[in-house]
Amino acid sequence: MPDAARAGQPDTSRVESGAAPGGGLSNSGPNVFRASVFSADDLRRAHTRIAHEIVERNHGAGALVLVGLYTRGVAVARRLAAAIESFEGVAVPVGALDVAFYRDDIGLRPVQPLGATEVPVDVSDRTVVLVDDVLFTGRTVRAALDALTELGRPPAVQLAVLVDRGHRELPIRADFVGKNLPTKAAEDVRVRLADVDGGEDGIELWGPADGMPVAPPPRAGGESP
Amino acid sequence: MKHLLSVDDLGRDGVDELCELAESFLEVTQRDIPKVPALRGKTVACVFYEDSTRTRLSFETAAKRLSADTMAFSAGTSSVKKGESLRDTVQTIEAMGVDAMVVRHGSAGAPHRIATWVDAAVVNAGDGRHEHPTQALLDAFTLRRHRGPSLDGARVAIVGDVRHSRVARSSTKVFAALGAKVTLVAPPTMLPESLDGWPAGVSCDLDAVLPEVDVVYLLRIQHERQDAMLFPSLREYTTRFGLTVERAARLRDDVLVMHAGPMNRGVEIAPEVAETPRSVITEQVGNGVAVRMAVLYSLLGSGAPVA
Repeated sequence: MPDAARAGQPDTSRVESGAAPGGGLSNSGPNVFRASVFSADDLRRAHTRIAHEIVERNHGAGALVLVGLYTRGVAVARRLAAAIESFEGVAVPVGALDVAFYRDDIGLRPVQPLGATEVPVDVSDRTVVLVDDVLFTGRTVRAALDALTELGRPPAVQLAVLVDRGHRELPIRADFVGKNLPTKAAEDVRVRLADVDGGEDGIELWGPADGMPVAPPPRAGGESP
Repeated sequence: MKHLLSVDDLGRDGVDELCELAESFLEVTQRDIPKVPALRGKTVACVFYEDSTRTRLSFETAAKRLSADTMAFSAGTSSVKKGESLRDTVQTIEAMGVDAMVVRHGSAGAPHRIATWVDAAVVNAGDGRHEHPTQALLDAFTLRRHRGPSLDGARVAIVGDVRHSRVARSSTKVFAALGAKVTLVAPPTMLPESLDGWPAGVSCDLDAVLPEVDVVYLLRIQHERQDAMLFPSLREYTTRFGLTVERAARLRDDVLVMHAGPMNRGVEIAPEVAETPRSVITEQVGNGVAVRMAVLYSLLGSGAPVA
């Protein structure tokens, strides 16, 4: 249902975030709130740190393009570009990639497009930093690599995510991580970005209600171990 | 949705969802590499018992842009000539392993019948005078792109041989489902026998209707379906019902002109009018590929129910 997805409602075609269909911060679903992972301030600091790491790794920001994966990856990519511009003075182009038609689970569950693929520059000339909110099985990133191949041949592709929650099913890893968050498969990592979902920025861990102890709150700053 | 046999299966929500999906595929068709792997491994057979240029090529292009394999079948060059029945023919085609059959047939209801014989998804690509659902969808998609998602209040005149037109029947229903007000304009001999199932008004006077419309949709004069002479001469038809240069000049600038093709230039539409900026006729063809990609993807790929 592209309408709803484009309106910023929880996207049901993304297993990466691990959110149950129809689940969002306001929707309890089968899982209950367990812990706050990132506050709005933590999230801002994580964006700033990742932006610095991207520039450091690439010796500047002049030959980069940030490509967000719908839906929240696009918003994260825009924030990273704004952060880079603020300290580096370089406007890094931002693209958006819809990987729906490249997924490997088409036909197994409803897979609907989430937005229009738009990459404003030729990726053959620039290092592409793929950006997403949560890295889970790695299948979205695999699809994104295929989608990217059709746009050109970048000299290098890197991956930046806010949360790496583990449970990879493919040999894929992130180059820039906001937080490594050990999770159980049944848990949801729920990301809320003000510009996509409304409300206040935050990342929460939700899990099954039955008898599990509530995890302790994250250390201030939410730095990855 | 297992098959697409009639626009009645869709409803307003179904039309809206397919048009939204088609919007994504339109973007795909405009890329340097206009192809996605979404239906890799699926096979689409075009089973055409009637001639067609655009519908068949449009479906084949749509299937290929989704990375499906395609098979083409034309009754004229097949064992149908040796007397093979419709049922045997489609079951033979299915036995080769097809996931969808795109069917055009001269008899109303043939795709419905085929759908009871095969496991493959069946898409009606035109059955007799009955329906042409993907044409109606691409017409709706084209109008939505010009006017926004809702056609509420849009006034559409469908002009020409309504009685023999499956396009008119399907498109009238879809336009009306999206909120448009449809008027069928034709000589009395070309109007339907009854308006049952036609959510539309009628008129026999094009000049009276034109000042009141936002869209003029012209139908082809169908020589091949015309057993009786329904009008005295082509010239008289053009004089009374053709969109001539003079008539087009009286239209407001924002009035759109549509035609399902193939055009009889100089009969239902003047050649100059077909080339003006208000004409969205070529755009309809391009949109047709995106809409048919949406239909094939919904039937074979998404696993999501439409409507």
